[in-house]
Amino acid sequence: MAVHGSTVTSLPHTSTPDKVNPPPPPERRIRSRSDRMNARRARTGWLFIAPFGVVFVAFLLAPLAYALYLSLFTKGLATGTRFSGLENYLHAFSDPQFLKGVWFVVRFSLVLIPVQMAVSLAAALVLDHLTTRLARFSRLMIFLPYAVPAVIGALMWGFLYSPTFGPLEQLFSLFHASAPFLLSQDNVFYGLLNVVTWQWAGYYMIIIYAALQGIDPTLYEAAKIDGASERQVAFRIKIPLVSSALVLILIFALIGTLQFFSEPQILGPVANGSITPDFTPNIYAFNLAFGYAQFNYASAISFSLGIVVFIAVYIFMFATRKKGSNLS
Amino acid sequence: MNKKAIAAAVSAAALAATLAGCSGGADAASAGSNTTNCTNKIVHADAPKVSVWAWYPNMATVVDNFNNSHTDVQVCWTVAGQGGPEYAKFQTAIQAGKGAPDVIMLEADQLTGFELQNALVDLSKYGAGDVKKNFSAGSWKDVSQGHSVYAIPVDGGPMAMIYRKDVLDKYGIKPPTTWAEYETAAQKVKDAGGPAFGDLGSNVPAALTALMAQKGAVPFTYDLADQKNISIHLDSQPAKDVLNYWAGLVKKGLVATQDQFTTDYISGMIGGKYATYISAAWAPGYLTGSGVGKGNEKGTFAAAPLPQWDPSNPVSVNWGGSTFAVTSQAGDQKLAAEVAKGLYADDASLTDGWKTQTIFPLNQNVLKSDAFTNNAVDFFGGQTANKDIYIPAENAYKGFNYSPFSVYYYAQLQAETVKINAGKVSGDEAATELQGIMVNYAKSQGFTVN
Repeated sequence: MAVHGSTVTSLPHTSTPDKVNPPPPPERRIRSRSDRMNARRARTGWLFIAPFGVVFVAFLLAPLAYALYLSLFTKGLATGTRFSGLENYLHAFSDPQFLKGVWFVVRFSLVLIPVQMAVSLAAALVLDHLTTRLARFSRLMIFLPYAVPAVIGALMWGFLYSPTFGPLEQLFSLFHASAPFLLSQDNVFYGLLNVVTWQWAGYYMIIIYAALQGIDPTLYEAAKIDGASERQVAFRIKIPLVSSALVLILIFALIGTLQFFSEPQILGPVANGSITPDFTPNIYAFNLAFGYAQFNYASAISFSLGIVVFIAVYIFMFATRKKGSNLS
Repeated sequence: MNKKAIAAAVSAAALAATLAGCSGGADAASAGSNTTNCTNKIVHADAPKVSVWAWYPNMATVVDNFNNSHTDVQVCWTVAGQGGPEYAKFQTAIQAGKGAPDVIMLEADQLTGFELQNALVDLSKYGAGDVKKNFSAGSWKDVSQGHSVYAIPVDGGPMAMIYRKDVLDKYGIKPPTTWAEYETAAQKVKDAGGPAFGDLGSNVPAALTALMAQKGAVPFTYDLADQKNISIHLDSQPAKDVLNYWAGLVKKGLVATQDQFTTDYISGMIGGKYATYISAAWAPGYLTGSGVGKGNEKGTFAAAPLPQWDPSNPVSVNWGGSTFAVTSQAGDQKLAAEVAKGLYADDASLTDGWKTQTIFPLNQNVLKSDAFTNNAVDFFGGQTANKDIYIPAENAYKGFNYSPFSVYYYAQLQAETVKINAGKVSGDEAATELQGIMVNYAKSQGFTVN
């Protein structure tokens, strides 16, 4: 049970200072009793973790390990399977279709994340400032898109963007013009940007709003006494104090966007071909595996995407690290 | 023992039991096929069951007809998606080594790819030859590789030109018989302020490939007996000519660039936004299913033979067409082969299929029957379209050589069509790019490209 010692000491109810750094016990009898107690606690701890652990291993670790194993082999349609080591990875990072997808999601993140942040932060600050009934109603309305499942949301936008049924077309026809098709090759970037912002801004707004609610109101009083304007309170007190929530959102958004899949996949059939099978790395991996029967290469693409996500998140965390913060 | 430990142990045990339950269920179904969740009713519960994936719109009737007339075997039918989504599930099942049905509906252009993966059973040893006489040489060639037969044909897709009689009449145009006339007519309609004459949808690459073949292009030459060698000629002059022709129509604004089978396209069909629809014999069934040709539009459609490049030497081509194949995961291959041969082969089902125009039957007994030949097709305002257009087209069809990577090829052709539709490439450039991409792909898959 000695191996499990570290787990035990990290459990909240045992992390009193003397347990973390137990002083050498004076008598052997005492130590053996505390060992027994620790062992029993460890057992209980593991049992509590077990439900999560089983699911974690069965649905995350095992598939990951299997995908990693698959990615080390190569199978062509006309050839048998052979071990190829890292060949698939070398191929992936020189595959223009994969790189094109990566470039798209990186570009998409660079535009999407600031837009989303600005919208959700502005909404949270406004809602935090107001205390009317309208504010509560607005909060719910802004959050609502997040409660709509992504697939349904995307389907809905497909109809809204439709050149035949969409409201845009009706609006433009009033002025005898034809509406731009927001999923055309040149517009699809913005069309998707709008869908994703609509979907997620409310969720991020709630996170920031919760952080704002946690700020001690005496700080505002002190600021007022010092003569700070509402604007100054917002920019000098509120935003700095919710910065850790902002960093959290950024990381969520970054990971989510780099793995972009559902919305383009759903909108693909109504996009007149502008959402290609290699549109984003995840869509590419999906089509490689289930459309083109290249499970090995698809696994390598998935892991390569994982590497890209890891690097992006690391760069980001490094850039936003604070002195003494555990993020660095 | 304290309560916390007990609680934890109980929940862990419960979870483990649940997970074990999941895998147990999957194991039970792995004996070749899943015959527990049927869409249809099993009539003779004691008979062995054969699982089938298919998406014909009238499949429920077809399955009932089969089950009612067979006491020795029963079909358990599921819709696993239409086209692409079904192939994706089948592909996954092949990789997993379990989960495939016993009998699967596949389009003719998908067969070679699955044959190459040893996912289909050679039916020649299960008496496929017995039903060969029911089919034309061209359609039998599409399901055969040398002496091996990998599927039983059901439905063909001879192509023709469906058009809006009311639109053509309005602009005083006779149905064009050549592609040159087609362009002239399109220009005339456009000059008079009429709708688009046709449509180049990026999501129907199989139709575009058929049109390339009509001009004499042979995109792929592949023989399963010689697995490693393939010829690819997507940049041949005929292929370029066809792509250039359509790119030209798009550039001049004569045809629309809307993807087909979408809600927008269907509503355009209903509203008369497209004067013609270059399509296969099964198309009217799918259109009527979506509400086209009803109400005010009733009888506004008519069919004409596919426009030709050289009217003195007409060529007939096929789009789609589907078959029943037996998968290598079938528990009882012989029984599954019986189903593949017998399902959708009885008179009642075939009649239902052609009357609703959801299939164009390939069974010669139907093709030669008086009822089918002289049928006044409702969708075409009583025109005897079978006799005048589709049967001659089917009889002239010579078969086609498909590549073993149709899904990939279609995705690439679709991407090129999108570029053509956006005016970013000419037909020549698209053909050259496509050739390069496909040759590279074939090589990366271990083929020798000749």
